[in-house]
Amino acid sequence: MSTPLAFARSTVGRKVIMAVTGLLLVGFVLGHMAGNLLVFKGPEALNGWGAFLKSSALVLWTVRLGLLAAVGLHVWAALTLIRLNQVSRPVAYAKRVPQASTRSARLMRVGGIFLLVFIVFHLLHFTTGTIHPGYTFSHTDVYGNVVSSFQVPWVALFYIAAMVALLAHLTHGIWSFFQTMGWSHTRYNPARRVVATVVALIVSLGFIAIPSAILGGMLR
Amino acid sequence: MNLTLHVWRQPDAGSAGRLERYEARGVSPDMSFLEMLDVVNEGLIEKGEAPIAFDHDCREGICGSCGVMINGVAHGPMAGTATCQLHMRSFRDGDEIVVEPWRARAFPVLRDLVVDRSPLDRIIEAGGFISIATGNAPDAHAILVPKQDADSAMDAAQCIGCGACVAACPNASAMLFTAAKVSHLGVLPQGQPERDRRALGMIAQMDLEGFGGCTNYGECTEACPKGISLETIARMNRDFRVASLRARPESAAAAGAP
Ligand code: HEM
Ligand code: FES
Repeated sequence: MSTPLAFARSTVGRKVIMAVTGLLLVGFVLGHMAGNLLVFKGPEALNGWGAFLKSSALVLWTVRLGLLAAVGLHVWAALTLIRLNQVSRPVAYAKRVPQASTRSARLMRVGGIFLLVFIVFHLLHFTTGTIHPGYTFSHTDVYGNVVSSFQVPWVALFYIAAMVALLAHLTHGIWSFFQTMGWSHTRYNPARRVVATVVALIVSLGFIAIPSAILGGMLR
Repeated sequence: MNLTLHVWRQPDAGSAGRLERYEARGVSPDMSFLEMLDVVNEGLIEKGEAPIAFDHDCREGICGSCGVMINGVAHGPMAGTATCQLHMRSFRDGDEIVVEPWRARAFPVLRDLVVDRSPLDRIIEAGGFISIATGNAPDAHAILVPKQDADSAMDAAQCIGCGACVAACPNASAMLFTAAKVSHLGVLPQGQPERDRRALGMIAQMDLEGFGGCTNYGECTEACPKGISLETIARMNRDFRVASLRARPESAAAAGAP
């Protein structure tokens, strides 16, 4: 009865899948954010980093497919559980006053779906270059793509909004990760909140710095 | 005190229900919430109307029979208190109070404020037991139990199965109940032989009953009259994860749990 299929069908197992893939994605966004900050060192630094990432097709595609699988599993678990949770209370209360849930916890669904829209847009925008509002996309001039696209205010603001969503998502998500994995202990629980909030802030503020600086005219 | 009640009335499981308005006059602040409903019901019976049906038994907060949604909060405004132990001094003269049954797909309304909570019994049947040798009772100290383990087992065992966690959870999830039952046996030496089967079996049954999943909102523990903690759910999650990884295929005869 504990085949991988039964595990994935169970409400607890699906949360574990969400937690493990979520943690992989947290590791990715931390590295991605740090790499992106090279934009502040200038075109050579950022373009060199981009070229290095693409230097081995094998590594590049292994990482890409791994990330795609992680996002796919994460979203599959999220959407199926959201659906289950919606049908589990067919008749709503006439009056209901939440007592404990945090705002970030209640934003997981909407925020998560917004992140999914953002990820699709982001891949079409900076990876494939299919969407390139107001400039010519180049597969080698990463710096040029970034700076010219964030000079368009709605693009910069859309990225900033997505990173605010990520801030909320990770504030609850990283805390929740420990709970799902079963790592809860009265001695360490206050630290879980702190770790979640600090990591969420580092990731989102690191990303937000880039469109903000370009929109503010600091980078050109 | 004089109060205005809006109570969910529903003749049976198959009929539609709606909130009905009742005036409760001359309520004493020393009455419990259920005694206040008793008084309203006496008035209804005198008028030849059907009294409001609600579940109750011990009326001292230990059986888990009672429980209604009071002004949008499971068991009402007093933390750590079942509906039968809630007193009218928690309200003010002139208050309007909305009284609804627990709402969950797995808990169909049987009548008025009474819901069918037998899914919780079936979850217990699916693994809430230990194997013991029959015959003479063993010496009480034959198996040593560390004090801290005994304490956390007793904390989890306080669950009275009222279903407030399901009622309060935005997902109508029964994780806090199931976790309490999984872990009050799982932390004791006597509970080790069935530990893996218990977590797998009870969680499978919980899912079969049509409860929602956990999103770690924490509404359940806040609503729980016994203050069962979220750590209990974490413990169940760990038991489930470990059990899933190390379970071997069982022979059909030994399978037992679904
Ligand atoms: C692609 C779109 C995404 C969707 C639709 C989505 C949706 C969700 C949902 C619904 C949850 C469960 C929330 C809960 O149970 O309270 C969740 C949890 C989580 N998400 Fe996402 N998410 C997405 C992207 C991401 C990204 C990009 C990351 C990391 C950078 C991430 C990290 C996490 C983590 C760590 C959790 C916690 C898992 C747990 O509760 O144990 N998610 N996500
Ligand atoms: S009637 Fe027994 S707990 Fe309330």
